[in-house]
Amino acid sequence: MSTAELRTANRRTGACAFVVAAFLLALVAPSTCAQQASSNMGPDFMDGRPGTYAIRNAHIVTVSGADIDNGTIVIRDGRIQAVGATAAVPAGAQVVEGRGLTVYPGMIDLGTAIGLIEITENGATGWVDTEEVGELNPNSMAWVSINPHSAHIAVTRLNGVTSVLSLPQGGLISGQAAFINLLGSTPQDMALQRTAGLVVNFPQAARGGGGGPFGFFGQPQGNISEAITARDRQVEQLRKLLRDAEAYGRAQDAAAQDRNLPRPDVDVVLASLVPYVRGERPVIFRADRDAEIRGAVRFAEEMKLKPIIIGANDAWKAAAFLKEHNVPVILTGTLDLPSREDDFYDVQYENAAKLQAAGVRFCISSGDTAADVRNLPYHAGMASAFGLPRAEALKAVTLYPAQIIGMGDRLGSIEVGKIANLVLTDGDLLEPRTNIRDLFINGRRVPLVSRHTELYEQFKNRR
Amino acid sequence: MKLRKLLSLLLAFGVLGPVWGLSVRAQAQERRAGGETLIRNATILTASHGTLQNADILIRNGKIAAVGPNLRAGANVNVVDATGKFVTPGIVDCHSHTMMDAVNEGSLSVTSMVRVRDVLNPTSPNIYRELAGGTTAANILHGSANAIGGQNTVVKLKYGRPVEEFIFPGAPPGIKFALGENPKRSNGFNIPGLPRRYPATRMGVEETIRDAFTRARNYKRQWDDYRAAQARGDRTAIQPRRDLQLEPLVEVLEGKRYVHSHCYRTDEILMLIRIADEFGFKVRTFQHVLEGYKVAKEIAAHGAGASPFADNWGYKLEAYDAIPYNTAIMTRAGIIVSVNSDSDERARRLNLEAAKTMKYGGLSEEEALRTVTLNPAIQLGIDKKVGSIDAGKDADLVIWTAHPFSVYARVEQTYIDGDVFFDRQQDIARRADLAREREQLEKAEANQPPAQGAQPAGAPRIRRPGRAHDDDGDQPQGDNNR
Repeated sequence: MSTAELRTANRRTGACAFVVAAFLLALVAPSTCAQQASSNMGPDFMDGRPGTYAIRNAHIVTVSGADIDNGTIVIRDGRIQAVGATAAVPAGAQVVEGRGLTVYPGMIDLGTAIGLIEITENGATGWVDTEEVGELNPNSMAWVSINPHSAHIAVTRLNGVTSVLSLPQGGLISGQAAFINLLGSTPQDMALQRTAGLVVNFPQAARGGGGGPFGFFGQPQGNISEAITARDRQVEQLRKLLRDAEAYGRAQDAAAQDRNLPRPDVDVVLASLVPYVRGERPVIFRADRDAEIRGAVRFAEEMKLKPIIIGANDAWKAAAFLKEHNVPVILTGTLDLPSREDDFYDVQYENAAKLQAAGVRFCISSGDTAADVRNLPYHAGMASAFGLPRAEALKAVTLYPAQIIGMGDRLGSIEVGKIANLVLTDGDLLEPRTNIRDLFINGRRVPLVSRHTELYEQFKNRR
Repeated sequence: MKLRKLLSLLLAFGVLGPVWGLSVRAQAQERRAGGETLIRNATILTASHGTLQNADILIRNGKIAAVGPNLRAGANVNVVDATGKFVTPGIVDCHSHTMMDAVNEGSLSVTSMVRVRDVLNPTSPNIYRELAGGTTAANILHGSANAIGGQNTVVKLKYGRPVEEFIFPGAPPGIKFALGENPKRSNGFNIPGLPRRYPATRMGVEETIRDAFTRARNYKRQWDDYRAAQARGDRTAIQPRRDLQLEPLVEVLEGKRYVHSHCYRTDEILMLIRIADEFGFKVRTFQHVLEGYKVAKEIAAHGAGASPFADNWGYKLEAYDAIPYNTAIMTRAGIIVSVNSDSDERARRLNLEAAKTMKYGGLSEEEALRTVTLNPAIQLGIDKKVGSIDAGKDADLVIWTAHPFSVYARVEQTYIDGDVFFDRQQDIARRADLAREREQLEKAEANQPPAQGAQPAGAPRIRRPGRAHDDDGDQPQGDNNR
């Protein structure tokens, strides 16, 4: 990557300056670009105290309650201060005219690696921080490495996705995921929960065969009993580490209460696991097949963990089981091809509808690391085309992910007191033809500018 | 006892098997008997002359016989009530690797002698899944490992038919070229201890193509001289030795074979235009062409088409400047632009990919629809037969439950040459039978775990793992040659 490219990529850091300059320009000689920027610019963008805004005359889809036609939303100090058909507009508030527009809560994707990856492995490994070396990395924390100036952040939020869970990958325990808002100058500005969940690749009995990553290196299938033994060994490895963490936590507590007891040495690996083995924070198991989904749930119950299943392409097969055990699911494969030759063509499209019908707690994720996360609404829309009621499809990318990651009281719907992550559209949020007209994150008005709009402006009139 | 179980299994198969193909076959027979189909009272997105409300399409002998309001048909007509539904032309995917048993002959940098036609597998289930998303034709391309790759094949996705019936009749032949990271083998293809394959830089890619066309030009002259000598009656002239590598390139020089070139960056796009101008041929389409928006006027001046993704980007370094406005900018510059899948997954929803071009850059509804219908048909030289809903064209049609640009739309039926190749109601209706058949099969002794039954015979391996696409971003099943 050349310095010039790096500079371009990091231009978003200076987006504020760019927008301010554009705004000043607009006062003198309005151009299309400057108008676009100025109409969406708040003086509070990125830094400083968030302003006070009143969105008026908009159709409000609260998600948690009934829609409000022609309503008002007041935003103050980063929160939703009022919402209703007749909310009073405080003095000094900037009025945002919402006539003809619809306001939705910002969408949430719980299956990304935004901030950890700029360009996938091919060719730019220096910008990939998704995967640590080794099998057990509970103390590697995604929030530490979130690049707040990744081009993906602005690109993603410009399609209405305002918060994401960023998950490390690889190994048996990949690390701890960060739940972030897609706005901020530093990782700590962005983080809503620095350590939102422990990511575990639940071991599977893989016989190999069928190709491997390159197809032409296809291996013959291995022995199934050997594969099961290997799987069980990995589960045992996991069990042992978690039991050690439990014991470590008890020993530390006991030593803190009784000075006569020896205090164990601090162990960063075990210490990082303590909140998870105590069920205080969720353990996010990656599992796609029926066997691994059930295996992960049983393992979590045995170890008294608080499980979430991510991936879950076979969840429809385990719907009753998941409901019975009250385990929430993050579906990342709505647009995946069916995994078996004899699966019905719409098996993944229908997965969400089947979970919903069975009463399973679920949400929909794009399952993409970064570049395609902006297409999250179309995953939900496709699930709706194949049986998921529209209101549920919307909840599956707003309120449900917020609830699953433990933020249901702060995000995911338009309610008084919640974080003001709001999207103003000219149509149905889940439709690909719909345009985003205005955007608020953390109560800050975000300019509709990204690496993509900048390149568009730069080249659209080259003749 | 084993034998009896097997026998009952075969019986079950014999009873249930035919249900699958029954209705489709009946329909084909009906057509051969001269039957007509009338799709009635639909909203028709023609892709050539706007949208028709409450209109009909009459299908006769596999062709569109008429389009318009209140059409009349013969007594034998099979009427399809499409009230409240939408009809579009079958989607044409200008960049696909579906139904390929192999994608790349990656051993040489010039493999113009190999043919996609030789590795087509008509039983791939992804064909059916694509039909269920409204795709009816595809440009099956060699992979992008080589500066000059193999010969492509245009197909109709006639799932269930012999492979010969897939080949698009009369589609002009073509060839795949590739520029940039893939032919220079940037990403993980260099095996330690082995010498790197030439070329390893974009300079070398240019030289590889220039060298190949220089040789092709010499070879063409040998043949031209030989034929001229023969025409003069010179009996001493010796026929040149046939060169299967250079023959397709001579066809390119003679304008008889289309060049579809994979590319990303500004410099390499301009490079190929210069070579083409120098050797006197045209690039038919630039594929992916993610920086096409930066050199739209140069592409337009050359007269090439462009076939990008709707919005994929950032999946490798040379895709980092890709923007979703690419299609709109190139369209405004006068380029024929199609939006392709390069993925068996995306080939199931190209309607939604087309819809994005309205959002990013403001194409009109018909311009957007053309990016997945008429425009790819033009690029592949098959627009006289497919790509729009006009009388006289092949009856390749899709019936949707809602506007095809709506995410809530589903495909109800897909027709190719007037025959139904996908029907959602039929698909759903036979699921119970298939579930019973599956249950029977699972009970079979051969499928019992070793402890209870015979040693498993070993399930056949899936033949084409990870070959869904060649140039896509970061999908897990992707081969590493995108």
